[in-house]
Amino acid sequence: MIERFDAIVVGAGPAGNAAAYTLAKAGLHVLQIERGEAPGAKNVQGAILYADALERLIPDFRDDAPLERHIIEQRMWVLDDESFIGTHFRSDDFNKPPHNRYTIIRARFDKWFSKKVQEAGALVINETTVTELLRDEAGKVIGVRTDRAGGDLHADVVILADGVNSTLARKAGFRPEIEPKHVALAVKEIHFLPKETLESRFNIHKGEGVVVEMLGKITQGMMGTGFLYTNNDSISIGVGCMLSDLMAQKTTPYELLEKMKAHPSIQPLIQGGEMKEYAAHLIPEGGYNAIPQVFGDGWLIAGDSGMFVNAVHREGSNLAMTTGRLAGETVAALFKAGRPMTAVNLADYRKRLDDSFVMKDLKKYKDLPDIFHANNQFLTTYPELLNRSAYTMLKVDGVDKLSKEREIFASFRDKRSLFGLLGDAFKLWRAFR
Amino acid sequence: MSEPSQPAKKKRKVVLDERLQAYRGVWVFIEHERGRVHPVSLELLGEGRKLADALGVELAGVVMAEAKLGGDEREARHYCQVAFEYGADLCYLMQSDVLGEYRNEPYTRALTDLVNTYQPEILLLGATTLGRDLAGSVATTLNTGLTADCTELAIDPDDRSLLSTRPTFGGSLLCTIVTLNYRPQMATVRPRVMAMPEPQPGRTGRIVEHGLLMNEADIVTKVLDFIADDRRDQPQLPFADIIVAGGRGLGKPENFQLVRDLAKVLGAEVGASRPVVQAGWIGAEHQVGQSGKTVRPKLYIAAGISGAIQHRVGMEGADCIVAINSDPEAPIFDFAHFGIVGDATVILPALTEAFWMKLKRQAALTPQEETA
Amino acid sequence: MHSVVCIKQVPDSAQIRVHPVTNTIMRQGVPAIVNPYDLFALEEALRLRDRFGGRVTVISMGPPQAEVALRKTLSLGADDAILVTDKAFAGADTLATSYALAAAIRQIGKELPVDLVFTGKQTIDGDTAQVGPGIARRMHLQLLTYVSRIVEIDLDRREIVVERRAEGGVQVLRTRMPALVTMLEDSNRMRFGSLPDMLRAARQAVTHWDKTAAGIEDVTRIGLKGSPTIVSKVFTPTPRSQRAEMIAIEDGSAADLAAALLARLAERFPGVEKELAKRS
Ligand SMILES: Cc1cc2nc3c(=O)[nH]c(=O)nc-3n(C[C@H](O)[C@H](O)[C@H](O)COP(=O)(O)OP(=O)(O)OC[C@H]3O[C@@H](n4cnc5c(N)ncnc54)[C@H](O)[C@@H]3O)c2cc1C
Ligand SMILES: Cc1cc2nc3c(=O)[nH]c(=O)nc-3n(C[C@H](O)[C@H](O)[C@H](O)COP(=O)(O)OP(=O)(O)OC[C@H]3O[C@@H](n4cnc5c(N)ncnc54)[C@H](O)[C@@H]3O)c2cc1C
Ligand SMILES: Nc1ncnc2c1ncn2[C@@H]1O[C@H](COP(=O)(O)O)[C@@H](O)[C@H]1O
Repeated sequence: MIERFDAIVVGAGPAGNAAAYTLAKAGLHVLQIERGEAPGAKNVQGAILYADALERLIPDFRDDAPLERHIIEQRMWVLDDESFIGTHFRSDDFNKPPHNRYTIIRARFDKWFSKKVQEAGALVINETTVTELLRDEAGKVIGVRTDRAGGDLHADVVILADGVNSTLARKAGFRPEIEPKHVALAVKEIHFLPKETLESRFNIHKGEGVVVEMLGKITQGMMGTGFLYTNNDSISIGVGCMLSDLMAQKTTPYELLEKMKAHPSIQPLIQGGEMKEYAAHLIPEGGYNAIPQVFGDGWLIAGDSGMFVNAVHREGSNLAMTTGRLAGETVAALFKAGRPMTAVNLADYRKRLDDSFVMKDLKKYKDLPDIFHANNQFLTTYPELLNRSAYTMLKVDGVDKLSKEREIFASFRDKRSLFGLLGDAFKLWRAFR
Repeated sequence: MSEPSQPAKKKRKVVLDERLQAYRGVWVFIEHERGRVHPVSLELLGEGRKLADALGVELAGVVMAEAKLGGDEREARHYCQVAFEYGADLCYLMQSDVLGEYRNEPYTRALTDLVNTYQPEILLLGATTLGRDLAGSVATTLNTGLTADCTELAIDPDDRSLLSTRPTFGGSLLCTIVTLNYRPQMATVRPRVMAMPEPQPGRTGRIVEHGLLMNEADIVTKVLDFIADDRRDQPQLPFADIIVAGGRGLGKPENFQLVRDLAKVLGAEVGASRPVVQAGWIGAEHQVGQSGKTVRPKLYIAAGISGAIQHRVGMEGADCIVAINSDPEAPIFDFAHFGIVGDATVILPALTEAFWMKLKRQAALTPQEETA
Repeated sequence: MHSVVCIKQVPDSAQIRVHPVTNTIMRQGVPAIVNPYDLFALEEALRLRDRFGGRVTVISMGPPQAEVALRKTLSLGADDAILVTDKAFAGADTLATSYALAAAIRQIGKELPVDLVFTGKQTIDGDTAQVGPGIARRMHLQLLTYVSRIVEIDLDRREIVVERRAEGGVQVLRTRMPALVTMLEDSNRMRFGSLPDMLRAARQAVTHWDKTAAGIEDVTRIGLKGSPTIVSKVFTPTPRSQRAEMIAIEDGSAADLAAALLARLAERFPGVEKELAKRS
C-alpha cells in the first residue's frame, strides 16, 4: 500500500526546512525528503544568515542555532590587479543584541534547522532522491517517486524546494531550462585559522565578524562578485560569475578564485590557513524576470528552485526561508479550511509573495542583471580607474590636488566618453533606486 | 584506548601493585605456519631483544605446536632454535594435540595459562589474523591492556613501563599508549613494520616445557578444511623486494596492464591503492595501506598514486620509493626518494623498456651462479 | 534467528586534518559515520534474517550523538537499535568497552535469546580489533574472527560453518551457536534500504540505556576507571625531511627520463642495484 501524507516537501535547504517546519507546526502530517546524506551535507552558501526571516519562524533561534559570528563590519572593495579602493562601515550598534546578520556554516546550520523541523513533528528522510512527480490523469500532482525500492508516496500537495537545479520542476515542465545568463556559478573555500589569529587580523573580538564584498577585476570583466566572511575559526572565501560569461571567456571560477586568493590585498588575510572545504554551486540570478510559475495543481515551488534570489544584496537563504514559510502558510490555511490543493486555491501563494518583501525587492532590481550584463565597463574599466585615481590622489609627489583631479577626470574621459559616463551613472542609479 | 584527542597533561607515573611487580621478562609469541616461523615473529624478536636489554631481563619465545604422534618433536624444537638465533634467551614450549591448526579456544587457554604461571611484564604478538584474534581474547581473559598495531615500542626508564606508539585517526597522528596498573603489557605489531634482525646462527637457549590440560572433546569449534593461498595464487606483497603499484591516476583499468608489464620485467609484485581495488581493476589482496598490506620492499614504484596518508602508512618503510605523478604538487613527492612528473601511461612503458634492457645487459655480463 | 550487531560511530578519518600551526586534530566539520567495517557485519546479519526470519538488533556504546549512526542502521533495515550511553562510560578503552557491551547484550538476550553477535573487523578510530574477541570471551561465545563467508547455518543443530581468513589461507570452521562473528571487509555489499525502511527508521525511536539499564554490575570495570590503557601523548609524525629528488630533463623524452632514473637509482641505492642484479 502506498503511504499518504498531507504534504511532501522535497529538499532540506532553508526553503524546504521553513516549509516543513511551518506545516508541521500547523499540525499537518508532513514528509520531507532530502537527497544528501544529511540535511546540508552538500549545500553551499557564503554564508550570511539574515536573522529576520528565521526569526519569523523560530523567534528564539539564537538560543541554540550554530551561529558563527555576528557581523559588525561591512567592507566593500573595488579591486584592480594591485590594489583596492573601498569603504568600511563598522559600528558598535551592530554589537547590540539582537544581532541581525550572522555568518554560518551551512552544513551545521542545516542540520540544526532540520532537527527543529523534526521536533515540530515532520518526518524527515535523507539519502533519498525524488526522481519524479506522480500525477493523475488530469495532470494534478498527487505524490512523488523516489530512487528507493517501494518508493512511491502520495500527498495532497508537494512543495518543491529542491534548489537551483530543480530537475523535478524542469522534468514536470513547470519551469524552463535555466539560461546561462540567469545563473551564476560560484565557488567557495573554507580556510581554517586559529581563532586568535583571525580576530587580530580582522580587528575583532570574540563573536564579532567581518564581511568583505568585492567586485572589480577579480572577475576579469565578467559579471560577478567575490566575498570573504569570517567564521568562528575559519574564513569563507569565494567568487561567482554569470555562467554565460564564464562560458564565453572559457574560464573557470576556480581559476578566478586562485587569482583572487593571490591578490596582494587578500592573500595576507588568509595566509597560513588550511583549506578544508571546497565547493561549487549555482546561484539563480535572473531576478524578477526569471521567476517561473510558482504554483499549480497540487504543487508549489519555493527557494532557489523558484529563482528567488536577490543577487544585488546577495540574499538567497532569507528569500528561501520566507518563500518556504509562505508556501507552508498557504497550504496550512487551505488545509485548515478543508479546501482542496488546486491551482486556483494555491494561487494564494503568489499573492502572499507579492505582498512580501521578496517580490517587492526583486521587482526593484529587476533590470540590474541585464544592465551589468550589457555593460562590462562596470566591472573592468571603472575598478581600474577608481583604483588609479585613488593612487594618484594619495601619492604625495608635489603635484597639486587640483591638477590631480584634472588628471583623474581626464583618465575617466579617455577610457569612456563623457556621455558614456553620464549614461552609466543613470543606468546604475535607475537600477539601484 | 581512551580518547586520544585529549592527551594527559602530565606524565602519568605508573605505580604497580606488589603482586604485579613480580611480572618480569619480555615474551614474543612465535607464530608459525606449515613448518616456517612467521617473519613477523622474527621482527618482534628483534624488537623484543631491545626491550629486554633496556629492562635487564630475559627475552622469551612462546612456541605452541601440535604434539606429533610418536613423539616427533623436531618441528617444535626447530621453531625454538630459530627463536634463539633471532635473539630469544629461552622458549616456552607447549605441545598438545589440540594445538595443531590455530583455533581461538585452545590457544587462548594455553597462552593464558602460561602467562599466569610465568608472569611476563611484556607480551608481544604479530598483528596477523592469528595474533589479533589471540591477543584480544587473552587480554580480556587476563583483564589487562592491549595496544594494537604499534609502530614503535620503547621502555620508559623511569618506571619500566612499555610505551607503545601507534597511528591514530587514519595515520594522520601518532599516539603513545601506556598500560596502568595491569600486567602483562600487551601489544601487537603488523608484519613488516619492524626491521628484520640479523640472525646469529648457532645461538642457543633453554627450553621450558609446559603442559596443556585440554582434550579435543573440550573444544567446540572444529576445523573442517584449510584452503591454502598458494592454491589460489595469492601475491606475497608484504615480503616482496620490488613492488610496482598503480593508482587512480592511471585513468582506466586497461592502463593497469602497464603496471603489470613493468612488474613482470622486474620480477616484482603488483600493488594498488584502494580506489582501484574498489573499482575492481585488481583484487583486494593487492591493496597497500592502512586497510591493506604493509610492505617493506627495497624498491617501490608508485604510478598515479597521490600518496594519501592511508596509502603512505603501508609503504613508507620501503628503502626506495619512486613516484610517477602528473601533478608536481602531489603529496607523494614529499616522501618519495625519486619523483618523475609526467603521465604514467607514457613513463611506465619507457621504464619497462629501460629496465628490460638493463637486466638483459647485466645477464649477458654476469654468469648466473654468481648473482644467485 | 536473532542477531545483535555492534556498531560504533567514528569520525570519518579520510576527512580529518591536522592543524598546520597548532598540530591538533581539527575535528570540526569532520562528519561522523558508522564505522565502515561494521556495515559488513550489519549486512551479513540482515541477510541471515531475510533467509531465516527473526530479528536484527543493533547496539552501540557512545555519546548521545551516536544515535544518528544507529538511526542509519535502522534505515538500512535493522529492527531495533539500542544506544548504551552514560557519562560513566566515558574514556573507555577496549577492555572496558567489551565489558559494557557484553553486559548490554546479555540484557538484550533476556528479551529474545541471541544466536549470533556480529562486530566489524576493527574500528577506524580505535582500530584494535579487540572489542569483538573481548565480548566473546566475556559472554563465553565461540569466536569466529575475520569471517569472509558464512557457508551454512543449521538452526536445528545450532551449528554454523564459516570461512575465516587465516595467515596463508582460508580456514573452514564449524562451531556451535551462540557465537560471535567479526566480518571481514568487502565480504558483502551493503544494501540500499527500501523506502518503507526509511520511513520506519524515521519514525522509530532509538532506545537509550544508561548503566543500570545495560545491566552493569561492577562500575569499576567501565569507563576510564575500567581501562588499563591510557593515551599519554598524541603527536604528528615527523615528516620525512627530504622531498623527492625530481628527475627532470628539459625537452627530454620518456626514455631519457627512464634512463636518468636508472642511473640515479644505481648511484644512490646500491641495495636496489643488488636486488636487480639477482633478477638479470
Ligand atoms: C557561494 C554562495 C554564496 C552564497 N551566499 C549567500 C549568503 O551569504 N547569504 C544568503 O542569504 N544566501 C547566499 N547564497 C544563496 C543561498 O545559498 C541559497 O539561496 C539558498 O541555499 C537556497 O535555499 P534552498 O532551500 O532553496 O535550496 P538549497 O539550499 O540548494 O537546498 C535544496 C535541497 O534540496 C535537495 N534536493 C535537490 N534535489 C532533490 C531531489 N530530487 N530529491 C531530494 N532532495 C533534493 C538538495 O540536496 C538540497 O539539500 C549563496 C549561494 C552560494 C552558492
Ligand atoms: C578508513 C580508510 C582506509 C583507507 N585505506 C587505504 C589503504 O589501505 N590503501 C590506500 O591506498 N588507500 C586507502 N584509503 C584511501 C585513501 O584515503 C586515498 O583515497 C587513496 O589512497 C587514493 O588513491 P590514489 O592515490 O590511487 O588516488 P587519488 O588520490 O585520486 O590520486 C591519483 C593521483 O594520480 C595522479 N594522476 C592523474 N593522472 C595521472 C597520469 N596520467 N599520470 C600520472 N599520475 C596521474 C593525480 O595527480 C593524483 O595524484 C583509505 C581511506 C579510508 C577512509
Ligand atoms: N563503542 C562501541 N559500541 C559498539 N560496538 C563497538 C564499539 N567499539 C567497538 N565496537 C565493535 O567492535 C569492533 C572492533 O572494534 P575495535 O576493537 O575498536 O577495533 C567494531 O568493528 C565494532 O563492531
